[in-house]
Amino acid sequence: MYAFNYQRPKTVRQAAGLLAKAGGDGKLLAGGQTLLPTMKQRLASPAMLIDLNQVDGMSGIELKGRNLHIGAMTKHADVANSHVVKTAIPGLAALAEGIGDPAVRNRGTIGGSIANNDPAADYPAACLGLGATIVTNKRKIPADEFFTGMFDTALEEGEIVTKVIFPVPQKAAYEKFPNPASRYAMVGVFVGKKGSDVRVAVTGAGANGVFRLPEFEAALKTRFNAKSLDGLSVPADGLNGDIHASPEYRAHLIGVMAKRAVSKALGK
Amino acid sequence: MSATGIGAPVRRTEDFRFITGKGQYTDDINRAGQAHAYFLRSPHAHAEIVKIDASKAKAMDGVIAILTGDDLAADKIGGLICGWMIHNKDGSPMRAGGHPALAQGKVRYVGDHVAVIIAETYQQAKDAAEAIDVTYKTLSAVADIDSALKKGAPVVHDVAPDNTVFNWHLGDKAATDAAFAKAKQITKLDLINNRLVPNPMEPRAAVGDYDAGTGVFTLHTTSQNPHVARLVLSAFIGIAPEHKLRVIAPDVGGGFGSKIFIYAEETVCVWASKKVGRPVKWTSDRTEAFLSDAHGRDHVTHAEMALDDKGRILGLRVNTKANLGAYLSTFSSSVPTYLYAPLLSGQYNIPAIYCEVDAVYTNTAPVDAYRGAGRPEATFVIERLVEVAARERGEDPALFRRKNFVTQFPHQTPVIMAYDVGNYSASLDKAMDMADVKNFGKRKKDSERNGKLRGLGYSAYIEACGIAPSQAVGSLGAGVGLWESAEVRVNPVGTVEVLTGSHSHGQGHETTFAQLVSDRLGIPLDQVAIVHGDTDKVQFGMGTYGSRSGAVGMSAIAQALDKVIAKGKKVAAYALEAAEGDIDFKDGRFSVKGTDKSLAFGEVALQAYIAHKFSGQQLEPGLKETAFYDPTNFTFPAGVHICEVEIDPDTGVTRIDRWTAVDDFGVVINPMIVEGQVHGGIAQGVGQALLEGAHYNKDGQLVTASYMDYTMPRADDLPSFAVGMTSTPCPSNPLGIKGCGEAGAIAAPPAVINAITDALGHENISMPATPQRVWQAAQQSQRKLAAE
Ligand SMILES: Cc1cc2nc3c(=O)[nH]c(=O)nc-3n(C[C@H](O)[C@H](O)[C@H](O)COP(=O)(O)OP(=O)(O)OC[C@H]3O[C@@H](n4cnc5c(N)ncnc54)[C@H](O)[C@@H]3O)c2cc1C
Repeated sequence: MYAFNYQRPKTVRQAAGLLAKAGGDGKLLAGGQTLLPTMKQRLASPAMLIDLNQVDGMSGIELKGRNLHIGAMTKHADVANSHVVKTAIPGLAALAEGIGDPAVRNRGTIGGSIANNDPAADYPAACLGLGATIVTNKRKIPADEFFTGMFDTALEEGEIVTKVIFPVPQKAAYEKFPNPASRYAMVGVFVGKKGSDVRVAVTGAGANGVFRLPEFEAALKTRFNAKSLDGLSVPADGLNGDIHASPEYRAHLIGVMAKRAVSKALGK
Repeated sequence: MSATGIGAPVRRTEDFRFITGKGQYTDDINRAGQAHAYFLRSPHAHAEIVKIDASKAKAMDGVIAILTGDDLAADKIGGLICGWMIHNKDGSPMRAGGHPALAQGKVRYVGDHVAVIIAETYQQAKDAAEAIDVTYKTLSAVADIDSALKKGAPVVHDVAPDNTVFNWHLGDKAATDAAFAKAKQITKLDLINNRLVPNPMEPRAAVGDYDAGTGVFTLHTTSQNPHVARLVLSAFIGIAPEHKLRVIAPDVGGGFGSKIFIYAEETVCVWASKKVGRPVKWTSDRTEAFLSDAHGRDHVTHAEMALDDKGRILGLRVNTKANLGAYLSTFSSSVPTYLYAPLLSGQYNIPAIYCEVDAVYTNTAPVDAYRGAGRPEATFVIERLVEVAARERGEDPALFRRKNFVTQFPHQTPVIMAYDVGNYSASLDKAMDMADVKNFGKRKKDSERNGKLRGLGYSAYIEACGIAPSQAVGSLGAGVGLWESAEVRVNPVGTVEVLTGSHSHGQGHETTFAQLVSDRLGIPLDQVAIVHGDTDKVQFGMGTYGSRSGAVGMSAIAQALDKVIAKGKKVAAYALEAAEGDIDFKDGRFSVKGTDKSLAFGEVALQAYIAHKFSGQQLEPGLKETAFYDPTNFTFPAGVHICEVEIDPDTGVTRIDRWTAVDDFGVVINPMIVEGQVHGGIAQGVGQALLEGAHYNKDGQLVTASYMDYTMPRADDLPSFAVGMTSTPCPSNPLGIKGCGEAGAIAAPPAVINAITDALGHENISMPATPQRVWQAAQQSQRKLAAE
């Protein structure tokens, strides 16, 4: 790790101000589960760390009408254990429960996870699969426009994620096939159904990060049942290949995980 | 059996210290004025070092010194050594390339040591390392066995122009050829024994400290054998003569073999401490551990088994290529040779065996002993072959094994080993019973109904522990004797200190060794201290590996205890005014036969020290004895493990549903600790079979250099193990112990692979059998079925 300056603002405005002052050399620190290991390995060397952990009002879970609001600084463990989340979107609580290990879940945050947009992270699948809205200090961004590529998002310089709003679906579930080593998603599929809107989002598999499967969505719109996916397949082109899984294997797993997610969403 | 004696499941006394954070590991040791070392490592697998420009780095804050291979050469510090000479088929010696602690002219693997930076702080040393400008001329690399053996391949060491360290063989080729000529069935298999990274929880570390007043060097280091480290650093590397070098291996957090070896880093730290006049400390980070700890296994083998028409094994022919990496590590040459081929006979009567081994240099980290060292590789060969041979005959694999078991002891195999005792059928029966093999068919049907494939795999392993009779290993090329030493110091009040040459780094010696003392002397455990790991305290020691600490280390202690009791009898005779021959010692009391006169052990100890009842001319005062114990044979732990898996053919995920282990370790000192050793061994064996694999790309970059890509076994990868024991006491040592530390890691891999191939109806699958590989194999099986 290289030496850096450290700031602990109390408000989002202060944080934004510090970020602006640091120019390109400042970094927001949320749970630190990605940022700190990267700094320890000297792969990142921000001149200033702006710690969000004492900023007021950035964490918390609240059901407002048919929408679930989750503050950016809410820890994975809090989402996993929240009665509100478990009742409104059980699939989302289960997803959070499956991230990393207890230490990671008790530090890592939803805002950090989606801002980082690791192509193998779990939350991006939920955001896309539920049609979430990402709220920042400047604007509201639909999930469909937020995740723009591997470790890349629509966030602009100085923009801070403050919360994520999930519309409560009728049915939703996540199936994750973990990478054997890291246990990040090697393939993760989130399915969500709200009225006639059916979404199937895939993480872990795409070279450009999380993506949707329109063909699967169309089939499920006709009938929301795992059988509707019979015969559908995903081309291996453009999927990740590494020592753990070839693009072909990932393509196959997407089909299997999608069906299992649908069955799970139906309570089967 | 007493509550604390041999056979008692006593809780580990050392654990209080470990789980309350009071352990003293090498990284916990800090010396006044200490500086920190950081090693600049090669980013290339193979390159010439054209120039090292450290001028900018030397001027940086906190930098004390930057040293390179030139400085080592100038100080006439020798290279690291390989302590086991292997000869080629033609009798010529193996070709050992130079192994300088800091590269001289050339780097040979990613992580090779280019320079050491010594600074006031670790971060400053690291900063300076980034400012060193090294000009490399990169060379093509050979990252695996096949590419190293290609004609015209880049040469790792000039002494071995074909990258072959040795071509070695064992056994009778003509007899084996004859066996194959008359065979009715020949079973053939191609096997890869995957390369593993040891991953002890505590990374390696060293603190070198030179005392200019006395001229004594002290090295604190993470070692499984501090005396061997001192011997090598003194006699071969030339740091200092032995009486001027003290090596201390304090608490060590796991080794699995990887801390046997004498590495570049500790050599440099102790040497540099004199050069810079400051203690020098280095602690490996996890990435360095992946890159530079000696790896394990990495064999490519073609094996054939000859059988007669009744399914009796006639012969075995094995051709193995072993990757030894870029340099020969301390015991690397013994692993694919004498620790491997002599175990190829397994538990079976095999009249003829012939094994050839080519050892190969590649541009990868050195490969050396790792939990089991050679025996897991041999067991994988024989237990896979036996399984496939049985399946080819349509015979039940358990019956097939039983038919070929050795039943008469002693049994001389065609490959050196003379099995002293065993009862292989007893373990098989018990294991089959515990595993409920008879209802396996029903469970398989249940799985099928749920769309799952179920398979059962056996592994009837044997291994050789208690290494080893010094003369025997000497005749095979070992540079050292493999006896063990012990000293038992009885204090005047009757408490006991045992100084042992064994080294505990997870095995629980402080408990088990004390149990032996408690058993023999009839004193409570808390009156016994086990001292190890310091060359200034312990007279000598060969250290802990090869499951030798019970069979050899404790035998040395037993021998010293016998001497203590004999001396105690003399003292008691004077104190009780009786003839020495009339003194009995039992349950901690010396008594005069046929009388009620007796003295407790502690009272006799006091008499020995006050020496009031005898004159110094009649008997030397004091009560302290030493022993050097050299075993008469290897020991042969053996057993049967049965693994039952359920595979999800849609994803390729293998779930181990049941694990049964029945082991014959001879006499067991502490069944709870032994069971723990079995559990850990199985976990590592399952790791090898399902999860772990070091992967270099063709340029020699280690792709699996972190836990993001290297899969360690986790608790939820494993079922609850059913562990049982049978026992045929070992006749080759006074305690009847065989050894248990590696059995699980040796037994497990073929059990898993036999189970998976049974489930898939496939004869082979490579380790690690990852979901991807199992899925691919399941696809092939389904295609094959569809075609039939
Ligand atoms: C061992 C381990 C296992 C893991 N396993 C998984 C897993 O299985 N699945 C999974 O999805 N993830 C996994 N993770 C990642 C974990 O979920 C992290 O929580 C997440 O990647 C980052 O969140 P964080 O709060 O720690 O962010 P940090 O590390 O603090 O920050 C990450 C990045 O996001 C930026 N950032 C943080 N907060 C904001 C904000 N509010 N607005 C804008 N930018 C922000 C930071 O500047 C930084 O660039 C694992 C991590 C570890 C260490």
